[in-house]
Amino acid sequence: MTPVITETPTHVGKRIKRKEDPRMITGTATYLDDIKLPNMHFAAIVRSPYAAARIDRIDFAAALQLPGVVAVFTGADLDGVGNVPCGVSLPGLRIPDHSILAKGRVYFSGHPVAVVVATDPYLARDAAERVEVDYTPLPAVADPEKALEPGAPAVHPEWPDNVAFVHKQENGDIDQAFAEADVIVKQRMLQPRVVASPMEPRGAIGDYKSAEGALTLYSSTQIPHLLRSIAAAVLGVAEHKMRVVAPEVGGGFGCKADVYAEELLVCFLSRKLGFPIKWVESRREHFQACSQGRGHVDFYEIAARKDGTILGIRLKLIQDIGCHQQLLTSLIPTLSVLMLPGLYRCKTFRAEVVGAFTNCFPTDAYRGAGRPEATYGIERIVDILASELKMDAAAIRLKNFIEPQEFPFATGTGLIYDSGNYAGTLNNALDTIDYAALREEQLQLRAKGRLMGIGIATYGEICAFGPSPYTPAGGWESATVRIEPSGTVTVHTGISPHGQGEETTFAQIAADELGVSMDDVAIVHGDTAVVQYGIGTFGSRGTAVGGTSMFFAIEELKKKIVKFGAMLLDSDEVQFTAGRVVCGKTGNSVALAQIAAASYRALKLPPGTEPGLVATSFWEPTNFTFPFGAHIVVTEVDADTGEVKIIRYVAVDDCGKLINPLIVAGQIHGGVAQGIGQALYEQMVYDENGQILTGEYTDYALPKARNMPWIESSHTETPSPVNPLGVKGVGEAGAIGAPPAVVNSVMDALSHFGIRHLDMPLTPEKVWSAIQGARS
Amino acid sequence: MKRTISVTVNGKKHTSEVEPRHLLLHFLRDTLYLTGAHCGCETSLCGACTVAVDGLAVKSCAMFAVQGDGRDIVTIEGVTENGKLHAIQQGFWEEHGLQCGFCTPGMIMASRQLIERNSSPTDDEIRHSLEGNLCRCTGYQHIVNAVRTAAAIGRE
Repeated sequence: MTPVITETPTHVGKRIKRKEDPRMITGTATYLDDIKLPNMHFAAIVRSPYAAARIDRIDFAAALQLPGVVAVFTGADLDGVGNVPCGVSLPGLRIPDHSILAKGRVYFSGHPVAVVVATDPYLARDAAERVEVDYTPLPAVADPEKALEPGAPAVHPEWPDNVAFVHKQENGDIDQAFAEADVIVKQRMLQPRVVASPMEPRGAIGDYKSAEGALTLYSSTQIPHLLRSIAAAVLGVAEHKMRVVAPEVGGGFGCKADVYAEELLVCFLSRKLGFPIKWVESRREHFQACSQGRGHVDFYEIAARKDGTILGIRLKLIQDIGCHQQLLTSLIPTLSVLMLPGLYRCKTFRAEVVGAFTNCFPTDAYRGAGRPEATYGIERIVDILASELKMDAAAIRLKNFIEPQEFPFATGTGLIYDSGNYAGTLNNALDTIDYAALREEQLQLRAKGRLMGIGIATYGEICAFGPSPYTPAGGWESATVRIEPSGTVTVHTGISPHGQGEETTFAQIAADELGVSMDDVAIVHGDTAVVQYGIGTFGSRGTAVGGTSMFFAIEELKKKIVKFGAMLLDSDEVQFTAGRVVCGKTGNSVALAQIAAASYRALKLPPGTEPGLVATSFWEPTNFTFPFGAHIVVTEVDADTGEVKIIRYVAVDDCGKLINPLIVAGQIHGGVAQGIGQALYEQMVYDENGQILTGEYTDYALPKARNMPWIESSHTETPSPVNPLGVKGVGEAGAIGAPPAVVNSVMDALSHFGIRHLDMPLTPEKVWSAIQGARS
Repeated sequence: MKRTISVTVNGKKHTSEVEPRHLLLHFLRDTLYLTGAHCGCETSLCGACTVAVDGLAVKSCAMFAVQGDGRDIVTIEGVTENGKLHAIQQGFWEEHGLQCGFCTPGMIMASRQLIERNSSPTDDEIRHSLEGNLCRCTGYQHIVNAVRTAAAIGRE
């Protein structure tokens, strides 16, 4: 029988404040830049000012003259270290050489050309400025559509077409679907690059001990174990002699689920020089050289009957790859294809993805990683279809949703949606916002010349990555649960949380399952020397996969606890409940602490039982999970300035069972903020030569407190059958629902001007210009 | 050419030699080992480095250490008094006003100033007071709740 989570929880499902917080609110948490090692030196990187150039000469004599500067390295000095790795395999995928320092040629503005090591970080920067590099600038291309045009500058001379890969997937008879359609709607849509921008920039410390041949890499990473395996291979260090430590990590949003040149560089330098080397990314460097999100040019076509039934969807997607392949760069747009139909029953589709090399830093995972892009596309095109058919935006969705009795539902893209009630969440959101009354109000306001819009977006997502056959590096997760001799509990989890609060949510689950106080549970993560191999935190997998592996480790432990309890009570009729093993006959019981003490003291052991109370689980999920939700946004557009104001934001999300509603709300709010940022404010802009125009927070608009509306967040709970916790994952939901909901709302506000589509971000200038254009 | 400065930080006087260009933030972090104030942008835009200088919330990346000479500075490490959390710290904990925690010391220092000046701030006033502080995790909603709750705790 499959074990189930305790039915009488005292912690799970409750709003419990976080165990992580005391160290953070007192300024005593240890982030990467807070680590100081004996004789630590500092690296500063000389970066290319050109997006494409030949390196003619590097002269660093003046840098070396500064007292305190100990070394300068260039691409000519890279012995014993391989390339930055690509973790994706797609047929025909082109993987450019990606050395950790440029060799003869640079491919993006910010490309590392040399590195200076000094005793002090100020000094290292001074010296970096003294490194003279002669470049011959070469033609560059920064726009992915232009990159694919004949005659465009070749990012890599060996591939003049700038095509990184072509990925095609289709199902059903798409040509017939379009032939039979009453209506066909087409739209080109841009989803510009955005910058992940965790408040803590990246950073890494390499610490090589030559006597042992041992290398420790401290890195602000989401994936310590994968980073260790990869870095060890690239550097030629035996894996058991390599340790990766993820200290407190100040946000990641996908950009730290990667392996970067700088992480390998500090290891290389420490091994060369014999002392620890620290590099911390400046914010400018984050804009130059940290993986970015989105970067889509989408061409959608949708075929439908006049009653709104969707018959088929065609997509051509140009993915801005950038100049190299980071760890998962080319995987991300293929996830967009998997999610192409969204929540709709239609199984007939044809998709073609073309990856385009550009002279920009690579794109890669950013909160949602492929699913926000897919959701934006389908939810925009469905809205455009509705307006073409003069149908209500809610009605067309309700018409096409997969219904609750159809689960598990096999999509045309090859997924099995686990469970859902899509109409349930949408109807809930419509009721919450009083949709009918809002539509009335909209008419009245419009009569007065005010531009109010109502935008609906419904989304589904692939979470809990994922079954191992479908993931590049294994999709299981691990946990070791230890009951200490005193009866307190230590959990080692293979995930690597960086703000998501799993030290709390996991402790809630463990406390309920073992009948102990949350204060008696410690969740340990992020150090490969301490924690068994794990996969990490990304793709909303922490609780759904990592939490489940902990649950199964506890289940294993319970069997042993019962054996010891039975021995101590001298009874066969015992059960473990609320932290005690109780004899059904006598009512006598022993507490977990007594059992733990007896198991370690080991004066007597149950037959065939080893001392101690430790269990490990490596749990392999049988499927992804598929959270879903409905977001409705009311906006008002100022016709005179083009400014968009969000009046109401209703989010009804279904992420399965809620472990801690307070933490879940925080995840939704944060995701929505990033989604609103993408919809209204944020865009990474390169000029036609690949120069960065938005290289600091002065030019790149991260949402501030006053930009954010009050988010009315609530939930439906459809448990996932994939794991016994019933959880689906919530880390990315807000970032998926928000962009189409906001853009649909603004387009709704402008619809009577005949404005059909504007591309993100909907800046005042863009909206104002569109209104002016429509009026003239 | 280094200069000698004398600064009171969290009630303790420190005399140090600093380079004139050394940022106050780096002095606090690297010389005094008070690593609670964080460097998020170095351009005074994110606010993760906010500390109180003579009672005013200031971005310590926008001040040189030499400008701290003779001043009284409080950092996040000095907000807790006698082991008791300040109302603003309690508010952030109670309302889940933080996720990754990196912006939190700055958020706390900025909003501490607000509730010292205004014991019953409106949500709009709270959002306005955080104009100089960026958070990428929370969407600010729980931070607004945290400051509102902290003000209420402070009024008790």
